Amino acid sequence: MNRLMYRKAVNYVMLTATGLCSLLTVSILFVILGYLVYNGGKSIDWDFLTKLPLPPGQDGGGMANAIVGSALMVGVGALLGLPVGFMGGVYLAEFAGKTLGFVVRYMADLLNGVPSIVIGIFAWSAIVVPMHSFSALAGGFALSMMIVPITVRSTEQFLLNVPRALREGALALGAPKWKVIATVVVPAASKGILTGMILGVARVAGETAPLLFTALNNDFWPNGLNQPTAALPVMIYKHAISPFDDWHRQAWAAGLVLLTMVLATNIAARWIMGRGISAQKG
Amino acid sequence: MKNWKMPILLGLAVLSLAVVAAGQTGKATAAAKAVSMNASGASFPEFIYKKWFSDYKNSHPGIEINYQGGGSGQGIKDLTAGSVDFAASDRPLTDAELAAAKQPLYFPTVLGAVVVAYNLPSVKQPLKMTPEVVAGIFLLKITKWNDPKIAELNKGVKLPDDDITVVHRTDGSGTTFVFTEYLAKVSPEWKAGPGTGQTVKWPGGLGQAQNPGVAGAIKQNPGTVGYVEMTYVLDPKSRGNMAMAAIKNASGEFVTASVASATLAGSAAQDFPTSITNSPIKGAYPISTFTYLLIPSKIADPDKKAALAGFLKWMLVEGQKTAPELFYAPLPKPVLAKDQAQLAKLQ
Amino acid sequence: MAHLVTLVFASSVLLVTVLLVWVLWSTSGLTRAKFGFHFFAGTNWDPVAGDFGALPFIWGTVLTSVLALIISVPLGVGAAIFLAELAPARLSDACTFLVELLAAVPSVIYGLLAIFTLVPLMHSYVDPFLKKTLGFLPLFQGPAYGGGYLTAGVILAVMTFPFIISISREALMEVPRDQREAALALGATKWESTIQVVVPFARLGILGSIFLGLARALGETMAVTMVIGNDPNIHLSLLAPGYTMASLIANEFAEANDALHLSALVEIALVLFLITIVINALARLLVIATRGKGTAHSA
Repeated sequence: MNRLMYRKAVNYVMLTATGLCSLLTVSILFVILGYLVYNGGKSIDWDFLTKLPLPPGQDGGGMANAIVGSALMVGVGALLGLPVGFMGGVYLAEFAGKTLGFVVRYMADLLNGVPSIVIGIFAWSAIVVPMHSFSALAGGFALSMMIVPITVRSTEQFLLNVPRALREGALALGAPKWKVIATVVVPAASKGILTGMILGVARVAGETAPLLFTALNNDFWPNGLNQPTAALPVMIYKHAISPFDDWHRQAWAAGLVLLTMVLATNIAARWIMGRGISAQKG
Repeated sequence: MKNWKMPILLGLAVLSLAVVAAGQTGKATAAAKAVSMNASGASFPEFIYKKWFSDYKNSHPGIEINYQGGGSGQGIKDLTAGSVDFAASDRPLTDAELAAAKQPLYFPTVLGAVVVAYNLPSVKQPLKMTPEVVAGIFLLKITKWNDPKIAELNKGVKLPDDDITVVHRTDGSGTTFVFTEYLAKVSPEWKAGPGTGQTVKWPGGLGQAQNPGVAGAIKQNPGTVGYVEMTYVLDPKSRGNMAMAAIKNASGEFVTASVASATLAGSAAQDFPTSITNSPIKGAYPISTFTYLLIPSKIADPDKKAALAGFLKWMLVEGQKTAPELFYAPLPKPVLAKDQAQLAKLQ
Repeated sequence: MAHLVTLVFASSVLLVTVLLVWVLWSTSGLTRAKFGFHFFAGTNWDPVAGDFGALPFIWGTVLTSVLALIISVPLGVGAAIFLAELAPARLSDACTFLVELLAAVPSVIYGLLAIFTLVPLMHSYVDPFLKKTLGFLPLFQGPAYGGGYLTAGVILAVMTFPFIISISREALMEVPRDQREAALALGATKWESTIQVVVPFARLGILGSIFLGLARALGETMAVTMVIGNDPNIHLSLLAPGYTMASLIANEFAEANDALHLSALVEIALVLFLITIVINALARLLVIATRGKGTAHSA
């Protein structure tokens, strides 16, 4: 009887403990959101979103150039990376043989796991050094290298999910393979592919390390792809480690803007994709 | 679920518009005979340089100078690589560096002071330190705030029984060079140990990037001490709990860093680049220094050359007037005169 | 024709990866030739004297990552068990969704929070507490400013939670129902059934999630740089400042002027690259192995 009570007690304690673990980890997200909303919310004003930064020591100004600069470099990264990733995914799902498919898949996974600072070194070597200057192009290139592997794998995954019957039906009607892919398979998988792309872009929007020595920074509006350009994550870093209270305030505001954008994109993507795993398991 | 395509397409459209808009803003400023230049280097004078470039842009619209203070080391590297139009450094270049950077011209801009800044909220009076104490702290020989060596200089001050945490630079820094040069002059142990340099082997402590980073680290963490330009401690916007130590100079007085004491330190200088640390002048702050812009002697683009020459001229007259507002000392007359004469050398 | 076009794009992925490895290898040639394997044992990092040793940074990287796992694995696996076994389906999905959002938070935001909330917390409460209770161990001695290895470990733990929870939960849910039911039929309590039957069955997937979390922690740059203190020396105390490989590169790369310094930094990047590749590969193998195991058993 004693033994059973002991086992039941252990059962109750351990299961409660696991519940507490979940509570703790989930609440961290709310703590993060809470701090950012509280500190960032009282710091965001119209100036922050529209004005250029003021010299250190002067209160006010904003990070409008960093917001635009980030959009610019993420745009360049997406422009370079999404088509390559998409086509690569199509290749893996529709055409690849066993060995080449394995190699490409493996390389994409490899690239995906590379720390972003190392990607920054590569972008520096490939773009900054030959161009002799820091540039938005170098920053965008670094970001594209991170978008490609995410896009390749997600595109491939969603294309493979399209039932064979759909493909075979179209082929049976006499359509050439490329037409089948373009007009039947891809549209069928388009929801997943698009959300994969969006998630990839949202992920690189928050990256700081690869921009540190590729795009450097700029106090003014972006004025060319070959010029150093401000980016929101880099501004947050520099402002956070500085001694100016006003810069700290702006760092919180920038953090809120960045986090809102990233979380909103993620939530939207998941909502589009639909139900979670539990519902499908039954 | 049918409406999901519209928001995505809308989002993509907004993104592309942003990209196009960003390109257009560049073109718009280009229309007004604009010159846009990039510079990098010392974070020591970054405070005043950014103000100058901002003021200059307000009075000369279209001339945009983007200055990024990554440290004197980065400035020299970028100038040598040709990735910036000009650079800034607190330290003189070696002959090899000058050759690699194609013999840039030194243009001193202001005098500043490297202060020993610390964060001790419970200590209300500024601490006094001798050069030996400063060296001892940064050599990690003096490890607690209430160490007898500090206490005997500050009788009547209640020092806390806390560990001293040193903060230094992680990047190649002219500020580090000036500070270590001073320490090497006053402490044989320092000279034999870490020595002088834009980076040295620190016995320990925290590192952070650039002057603002070190200032931020000291401000955020009680019990820390580090070396930064005096403006970060004097300017109320960045000061917080930070205070600076009064250092015993070569003529035996405890001097606090200020525009006046830095000016005294530089008052005997006739030429540049030159070192004015551990100056024997009465009332001079012992860790003062000039800081320089490194301008290429040959500038290919005539618009950039004109803009740069215009700025330097302005800097040597108007700029000097605004320097004390941000706690930098204007140049002494002999140095200023030589600076102005050098403007003619710009080709 | 379409085959060719897509093949070209796919090979560009290959090309870029190969180029990346080639750049890392060739730019680090100077220090590889000069120091050989002694690079990894050297403790002196002196750009002025031209002497480079990677040990302090390898130490810092490994230590902070291990600390992160020590914190996040029990909490993460515990949470995964709760979400997979106990929570009703909708609560489980909702909580997992929230935890996965944590993975989307950019590193620099973790750093921002850490500087202003975690470091003062550590300095005022946690470090003194640890020194008082466990100060007899060299692990908790010496000056503690609030940042350092332990603080970096804590922030890394928060960043690895989503991986461990999400993937472990999936692995646990893949375990066939009959396994659980068999244990319960034999009189096991729910916890006993979980810990003695389900978890061992899913152990490869859980292990895979740990490796994935580890890979992320090893390469983390910004959040760590902002709290670790950037001290290139080896310290035994967890409360002391340190340095990781990624932080070193972030701090020194922009102005490494001479070729030897640059080569040393790139060699550190190469080491980091190789370590994360190996761990990632192991992780994927483990996760794939579980998936295969699950489907093979389901009716």
